[in-house]
Amino acid sequence: MFSKFLPTISIFAFLILWQSLAIFLHSNLLPSPENVARIFWQHCESGELPHHLSVTLWRLVVSFVISMFLGCTIGIALGLNKKLNAFFDNWLVIFLNVPALVTVILCYVWFGLTESAAILAVVLNKVPNVIVTLREGTRALDKELLNMAKSYRFSRVKTLLHVILPQLHPFLMSATRSGLALIWKIILLVELLGRSDGMGYQLHLFFQWFDIASILAYTVAFIGVIQILEFIVLKPLDNLALRWR
Amino acid sequence: MTTVHIQIHEKKHFGAENSTIQNFNLTLNAGEFVCLVGQSGCGKTTLLNSIAGLDSHFSGNIQIGNKTQNPKIGFVFQRPCLLPWRTVRENIELVFENQNAIPKKQIDELLNLMQLTNYANAYPKQLSEGMKRRVSIIRAFAINPDLLLMDEPFVSLDAPMAREVRELLQQLWQNRPHTVLFVTHDLREAIALADKLVFLTSCPMRVLKEIDVSIPREKRDAQNVEKFREQLIQNYSELRLLF
Repeated sequence: MFSKFLPTISIFAFLILWQSLAIFLHSNLLPSPENVARIFWQHCESGELPHHLSVTLWRLVVSFVISMFLGCTIGIALGLNKKLNAFFDNWLVIFLNVPALVTVILCYVWFGLTESAAILAVVLNKVPNVIVTLREGTRALDKELLNMAKSYRFSRVKTLLHVILPQLHPFLMSATRSGLALIWKIILLVELLGRSDGMGYQLHLFFQWFDIASILAYTVAFIGVIQILEFIVLKPLDNLALRWR
Repeated sequence: MTTVHIQIHEKKHFGAENSTIQNFNLTLNAGEFVCLVGQSGCGKTTLLNSIAGLDSHFSGNIQIGNKTQNPKIGFVFQRPCLLPWRTVRENIELVFENQNAIPKKQIDELLNLMQLTNYANAYPKQLSEGMKRRVSIIRAFAINPDLLLMDEPFVSLDAPMAREVRELLQQLWQNRPHTVLFVTHDLREAIALADKLVFLTSCPMRVLKEIDVSIPREKRDAQNVEKFREQLIQNYSELRLLF
């Protein structure tokens, strides 16, 4: 019974600690939770925060969808085909290790400070992670279930939908969760370096003004959105897919 | 019911020097229950995989009936190979090519014959090993196969459970007599089930001897099966090396 309330208790404990430190330090560098909440509300009322948040979310959705589609397709193909994997394996390691900052700068230099360059930079950073996760998942597929599908003459689509994808579910969810976290961090970098709107652009402005309360207010807003996404979309999806367990 | 001609000139595993199967010729008459009996590792599973189209790297010809279209093959693997995320009924229904024309009544009958009616909506993890084997047998029978391949389907079951599932299989097959190729290394099991026993050599695998089981099905109790087995080993000296 007590353990049911542990997550809520831990959040309250954190807020109390934060409030105590803010009172103790009494500095603009650590505004109190109450102050952050007030600033958050002001940015919401002015319409500034919803605008920049929606711009960033739009970029997140587009780059996430493209990254997952490309990553899953290539990852499954590499997991199923040894020759293809041998051909691309080194490139995958190289792309995994190219710093995000380098990709963002190169995309902006080569393609200009445009929306598509920004999305491309995010996608190039995320796709290798999805490929690796899905490739490992595909390698771990139950060969006997695939043989069963083949012996009963399942079509490719039927095999993919009913035999392969359910087995890849944990890997897909892992790529989705880590993907959302990684993409949002890269998007901030992309917006900071080359866009005139979005959360990253705003955070850059607040940094120049040393406005820590606004930085924290924007961060809280985004964390809130990701949590809502987790509880409204990802968790129910997980429960639905794993109801047989 | 369909006649099946199997002719494999040579089958080698990738990179191997010696053939796994060589000059293998076998004909299964329509509606016949044939048991392939051979030692473990002699290539029985490889043969079934080649027949089912899971392994096409061999020279030879497999003719199932004289149909121009793809023959329907039911396959009961050593493991039940059920999809854990689908219920018993959903697992059976999935093997139908046309998902809009699933013979629900026939599936209900099969579930009833195999005593699984109450488990139609259960997930595989809720079933015992014996029940899972029964589901995989129903799945294979449900499509009315031209040829039914069974690869030691009772191999990891304990003796009473294996006997129970075997008896249910016999009832089901007598109810719906398809052409069956059943692989086993257990001679007693083969005698209890088969119309014809086909003994196999190892390295490479080929047909050593074909023997019809002369005991009527209704008289195949443990005692008669054992008697027939002893006669076989006595009469055919070449089989002594196998058992």
